Amino acid sequence: MSAWLMQPRTGGLLLLAAVMVAIYLAAPNNFYLDVAIQIGLNAMVVVGLNLLIGYAGQISLGHAGFFGLGAYASAVLPVHLGVPPLAAPFVGMLVVGLLAFLVARPVLRLKGHYLAMATLGLGLLVFMLLTNESQFTGGPDGMAVERLRIFGERISGKDWWYLITCVMLLLSVWLTLNLIDSPTGRALRALHDSQIAAQVAGVDVARFKVIAFVYSAMLASLAGSMSALYSGFVTPDKAGFLHSIELVIMVVLGGMGSTFGGIIGAAVLTSLPQFLTVFAEYEHMILGAILMAVMIFLRRGLLPAILDALRRRRLS
Amino acid sequence: MSLMTFLKATAATSALVAVAAFATGLTAGEAAAQIRIGSVLSITGPASFLGDPEDKTLRMYVDRINAEGGVNGEQLELIVYDSEGDANKARTLATRLIEDDEIVAMVGGSTTGTTMAMVPLFEDAEIPFISLAGGIVIIEPVNPFVFKTPHTDRMACEKVFEDMQARGLSRVGLISGTGGFGKSMRGQCLNVAEAYGIEIVADETYGPRDTDMTPQLTNIRNAQGLQAVLNPGFGQGPAIVTKNFAQLGIEVPLYQSHGVASKSFIELAGAAAEGVRLPASALLVANQLPDDDPQKQVVVDYKTAFEAEWNRPVSTFGGHAYDGLMILVDAMRRAGSADPVAIRDAIEETTGFMGTAGEVNMSPDDHMGLDLTAFRMLEIRDGDWTIVQ
Repeated sequence: MSAWLMQPRTGGLLLLAAVMVAIYLAAPNNFYLDVAIQIGLNAMVVVGLNLLIGYAGQISLGHAGFFGLGAYASAVLPVHLGVPPLAAPFVGMLVVGLLAFLVARPVLRLKGHYLAMATLGLGLLVFMLLTNESQFTGGPDGMAVERLRIFGERISGKDWWYLITCVMLLLSVWLTLNLIDSPTGRALRALHDSQIAAQVAGVDVARFKVIAFVYSAMLASLAGSMSALYSGFVTPDKAGFLHSIELVIMVVLGGMGSTFGGIIGAAVLTSLPQFLTVFAEYEHMILGAILMAVMIFLRRGLLPAILDALRRRRLS
Repeated sequence: MSLMTFLKATAATSALVAVAAFATGLTAGEAAAQIRIGSVLSITGPASFLGDPEDKTLRMYVDRINAEGGVNGEQLELIVYDSEGDANKARTLATRLIEDDEIVAMVGGSTTGTTMAMVPLFEDAEIPFISLAGGIVIIEPVNPFVFKTPHTDRMACEKVFEDMQARGLSRVGLISGTGGFGKSMRGQCLNVAEAYGIEIVADETYGPRDTDMTPQLTNIRNAQGLQAVLNPGFGQGPAIVTKNFAQLGIEVPLYQSHGVASKSFIELAGAAAEGVRLPASALLVANQLPDDDPQKQVVVDYKTAFEAEWNRPVSTFGGHAYDGLMILVDAMRRAGSADPVAIRDAIEETTGFMGTAGEVNMSPDDHMGLDLTAFRMLEIRDGDWTIVQ
């Protein structure tokens, strides 16, 4: 029983769900729920991105591009193509998945700096597309998103969105954990340690890289769509380079290769600026110092370091 | 204790201190009878040239109003957050102002993008929001709780076309920047051109980082029967256009937009700027206004106060914040209460209010209340602004 509970897929998910309920009950007002929703949406992207960075060992500096495409899918499709708002996120996901699939093979043949550059370029292209095609996207000022209706009911309350975000995050974590625990996950980990060794052992390296890339891109797109529907407004910033970097930092800060660590990274990085508004001018300095401290002293990321410390204490 | 553990402990403590400070920041200042007003501005980031003077203006005038006894016998408390020009951040911060700080009104939103991201929140919460951004989408269609103080791009186009009409110019070449400002103004100019009998004979664009606009200007010069050129744009682009325009020896009048209404434009364009016309706020020529001008008092006072306090030249953007705050305070005094809905009703009834952008007369259909007299047509002569009569 206890061994079953200690499994990330069961115990971890239960703990996550418990934390979600606790946050809902403890939140003094809607502002806290708003921050929690933002954390949840970022966490969805990070969970997927972690599979790519932490497991497959491939860097992507362009994931905000996929996030942005998803966001604009739920903004542009209903207005210009008459797609119902509820279907738009899924159409967006398919389109993004297809795009990721097409670019994955050539891009993922690159390594290290070159891969970083290629994904960076991809993100920038999306950003420029969203900024320049102003007749569809509203240009740099962005555009409004039609509010979501389910059975004629307008979904705009924070309570509703908190519920939707929590359910989607739990689903994506569950899916990701399953994937990690499957032959695909083991192949990805082998690939992370040594591509050549993995290849020698019979792993189809290219195929598994593509799977991780497409999966993470589709998850980013879904989170982007949800974020657009939630906030009712999109701007190209969402697809911007800085957002890509933020997402990678969340992965690294929380712990590469740790799905729940990524969620903690998203939580810390999304909520910290809100805590630091009290210091206004020093906000960026403090944020930078905290990041540096974590990177220097907890090199493997927050969650793995904490778990290690707990384990060591138990042994001694 | 090793160095490592010491440093770890320090990092952990500083994080705890930050959290504690946040908690105290939330609970502090709830005792006194105060009217809380909020603001989300782009104080840092690419739009800081808007947010910074707006922030300085709001702080300065809230202090002054409080020193003079506040509003309706209560002190104002101003809460300002920095959106860094990011619409998503602006939205979260606006949620915080509404839900956590429980403000009664908002003066802020430096850019059209951040403003539009915050509008739905204020609409749902029924709290008045006076925006400081230019885009016409903010007030069209009218949203009951949303107002704005700056003139729109469309008005700048209309002012320019009005001046062209008076000079008998009708065949116009357009060269626009592709940034948010240039793009939006180009669209508005194309929309209103016909109403002023203006025909757009050439329509060229340039990127925000282009350093030579000679090819586009050559195309415009070759347009049949060209009578004037208009350049909607922002930043250094218009200065380069102005220089290239002089180098090519194009003989028709050149019009710039209100986007270049600062001394740095004249410095950048140098001698080529001579004779260029542009619509701008009266604030830019405060001291040159005739003494009987009804706006003179307001703009000279604001200019003097701002420059004395911050020791830097006044900008029209800070003026928008001044107008927003004063309209709000005026409305609260007339309403005699700090109830958001009562304030909203009073803002909508604002008439004859003289601000730095011009005389404001709001109505249920017009949540900006400015007309074309708000703009002054200026011409650059001898490296300085001159009012065109």
